[in-house]
Amino acid sequence: MAHRTLELPPAEAVGTRSLTGSEAVAHAIRQIDPDVMAVYPITPQTPIIEMVARFVADGRATTQIINAESEHSAMSAAVGAALAGARSMTATSSQGLALMIEVVYIAASMRAPIVMAVANRALSGPINIHCDHSDSMLARDSGAVQIFAENAQEAYDFMVMAPRLAEHPDVLLPVMICQDGFTISHSAEPVSLLADDAVRSFVGEYRVPYPLLDVGRPTTHGPFAMPDYYFELKRRQGDAMDALAHVWCDVAGDFAGVSGRPYGLHEAYRLDDADRAIVVLGSTAGTVKDVVDELRCSGERVGLLKITGFRPFPERSIAAGLSGVRSVAVLDRALSPGGPAPLLAMMAAALYGMPVALRSYVYGLGGRDLGLDHIRRVFTELKVARGRSAVRYLGLRD
Amino acid sequence: MPSLKTMARRERRQSRFQGGHSLCRGCGVPIAVRAVLNSIETPVVVVNATGCLEVATTRYPATAWNVPWLHVAFENAAAAASGVETAYRALRRRGALPVDGPMTFVVFAGDGGTYDIGLQALSGALERGHRLLYVCYDNEAYMNTGIQRSSATPFGASTSTSPAGLESFGKLERRKDITAIVVAHHIPYVAQASISHWQDLSDKVARATSMDGPAFINVLTTCQLGWGHEPRLAIRIARLAVETCFWPLYEVVHGRYRLTEGPLRKLPIEAWLRPQARFSHLFAPENRRWLAEIQPQVDREWEDLLARCALDASASDAAREPPP
Repeated sequence: MAHRTLELPPAEAVGTRSLTGSEAVAHAIRQIDPDVMAVYPITPQTPIIEMVARFVADGRATTQIINAESEHSAMSAAVGAALAGARSMTATSSQGLALMIEVVYIAASMRAPIVMAVANRALSGPINIHCDHSDSMLARDSGAVQIFAENAQEAYDFMVMAPRLAEHPDVLLPVMICQDGFTISHSAEPVSLLADDAVRSFVGEYRVPYPLLDVGRPTTHGPFAMPDYYFELKRRQGDAMDALAHVWCDVAGDFAGVSGRPYGLHEAYRLDDADRAIVVLGSTAGTVKDVVDELRCSGERVGLLKITGFRPFPERSIAAGLSGVRSVAVLDRALSPGGPAPLLAMMAAALYGMPVALRSYVYGLGGRDLGLDHIRRVFTELKVARGRSAVRYLGLRD
Repeated sequence: MPSLKTMARRERRQSRFQGGHSLCRGCGVPIAVRAVLNSIETPVVVVNATGCLEVATTRYPATAWNVPWLHVAFENAAAAASGVETAYRALRRRGALPVDGPMTFVVFAGDGGTYDIGLQALSGALERGHRLLYVCYDNEAYMNTGIQRSSATPFGASTSTSPAGLESFGKLERRKDITAIVVAHHIPYVAQASISHWQDLSDKVARATSMDGPAFINVLTTCQLGWGHEPRLAIRIARLAVETCFWPLYEVVHGRYRLTEGPLRKLPIEAWLRPQARFSHLFAPENRRWLAEIQPQVDREWEDLLARCALDASASDAAREPPP
C-alpha cells in the first residue's frame, strides 16, 4: 500500500475550502479529466502532478499519465497527443520550461492546444527554487498564451477556462496558466471549487480540425516550410494569438455565468481617479492592493493595474485604463540584461505618446521578498516622477 | 509473413509513400520506408524525426505521405510517438477514435536522431513500454546536414567533421552498439536488417508489429553521397555489408539472439570498404595499419554475436526439453 501524507477531500465536495495553488490546479485537472497528461517532476510544480497521479490511482480521473524522462519529452508527447486528437496537458517550472522551450515554440507553430500549468520559478544560475518570472519571460515569444494568476482561486479559475481558450478554432495554441512558485503553489488559502459536472460541461468536448489519428483522412503535420511559405505561416500564428482577446471575452463571460467571478485580461484596481499607479504580474498584485487600500484611507489617489494576459498583451485596454494617470511604476520580476526589463518594455510601447511618467523597478528575483514598505516607497517616489528614469531595485542589498 | 506479391499489391493499392519527393537518386531511405510500410497490414501512423526523410518528403505544401504523418523535432520522435500512441489508447477506451480499429505506430529516424540526440527520448519511450515500431534508418552519419560524423559512423570513415588528412585517418572511434543498448531495455523485439535483404526486413517488421510492446529495427541504409559510391550500387553495397559480416542480420526476441540470415561465405571486410570513397584513404600505404585494424574488429563482433546466438539457441532447446 502506498504511503500517504495527505488526506484528499472527497471528490463531490464543492464550495470553499483551504487549498494551495497546486492543489487547486490539480482539482481543476481532475474535473476537466484530460485524455493525456505528459509530465516530469520539478519543484515547485511537482505537487500538481503528484496530486493528479493520486486522483488517477484512486479512479477519480481517467487521464493517461505519461511519466516522461524529461520535460523536453513531456512537451513532445503532449504535442503528439494533442494533434492525435486527445485533450492534453503538462505542468512545469523554471529549468523544465527552459528544457521544453524548443517544443513550446513548435507546439505553437503546429497549433497544438496544450494546457500548461506553470509554477513560476527563477531560472538557473545560480540554481534557485523560488519564484520569479524569468522562466515565463523565456517563453515570451514562443507563441504560447500566458495567463498570470494572482492567487490560488485565479489559478483554479484560469485552469478551468484554459481548455476553451486553447481549443477555440480561432486560437489553437498552447496556453500557460502561470502561478507564482511557492507564494501561490504552496500556500493554502480559501478556494471556491465548481461542481465536477459544471466544469465538465463548461469545457465540453475536445476537437481539433485535423486529428492525426483520422486514418481515413491522412494529414501531414509539421512539414518543412521554406522562405516561400514560412513567413505566412508565422503571420497566421500571430493572428491566432490576437484572436485570443475576443475568445477571452466569450470564455470569461461564460465562466462568470457559472462561477460569478468575472475576469478581464487585466484588472484595474481603484484606478478611476488615480494619479499614480503600479503595474505588476502575479501574486504581488495582492500585496499592492493592500497598500493601495491603506493609502486610499489617507486620501492618496493611487491604484493598481494587474496584468492577467501577458501574452496576448492587452495593450490598448491597458493604455485606456491608465489614461488619467500621471505616473506609472512598472514592477518587473525578471531582468533583461542590456535592455529594459520585459514588462517595462511592453508598458513603454503601450503608453507611447501618452503624457505619463514611467518608472522601472525590478524586484523579487530568486524569491526575494517584497514587503509593504517597498510598495509604499514606490508610490512615494511616483509623486515626483517625471519622464523616464533608470531602473531601481526593490529589496536589493547595496 | 508478407510475400513480394502482397507488398507489391499494397504498394499499388495504398501507395502509403509516394514518389515525387526530393530524396537523392540511389538513396537507400525510401527503399527502407516502402519495405516497412508495405509489410504492415493495419492502418499506419508515422512519426518522423528531423532528417533527410522529413525534409525531402514534406516540403510545404506538398507531401509524399499518404498516411497520417507527424514531425515535431530532431531529438524527440520517440517522445512524440509516445504521445500519439497514448492518445490512441485514451481515445479508443472511450470510443472516441475518428476511425476505430487497430493501428500501427511507426517511427522513422536516422542514426543521428537515434544513436545521438534522440537516444534519451528513445530510451524513455522503450522503458515506458509504448506499443510502437521504431525504425532507425542508419546511414552512418548526419547526411542531411552534409555528412558529419555520428556515433554510428564506422571506424576509419572520412566525414566532413572527421576528415581524413595528413594527421588523421578519418573517424578515430568505433561505432556504438545501439542494438545492445536497446536490448538492455527488455523490450520484446529488437532486430538489425538491411535494405539489401527485403524479405528479411519485411519478416522482421511483421514479427515486430505482432508484439505487445515496443519494437526496434535498425536498418542499414546506404547514402551514395556520404558513402561515396555510384547511385546504382546502393543495394550491392548494402549486401556487401551483410556478406562481410560488418552488418549481420539478426533479431533479439524477448532477449534471445538469433541469426536470421547468415552469409553463405564471409567476405573480407575490404570488399565492403573498397567501393566507398569514405574509406578510400585507408588504402593509401601510410594508412594500411589502420585498415588492418578493421578486420579483427569485425571478426570479434561477429564471433561474439555467433556465441550469443548459440548460447540462446541452446538455452531455448533446454527450455523445450521435458523435465526429467
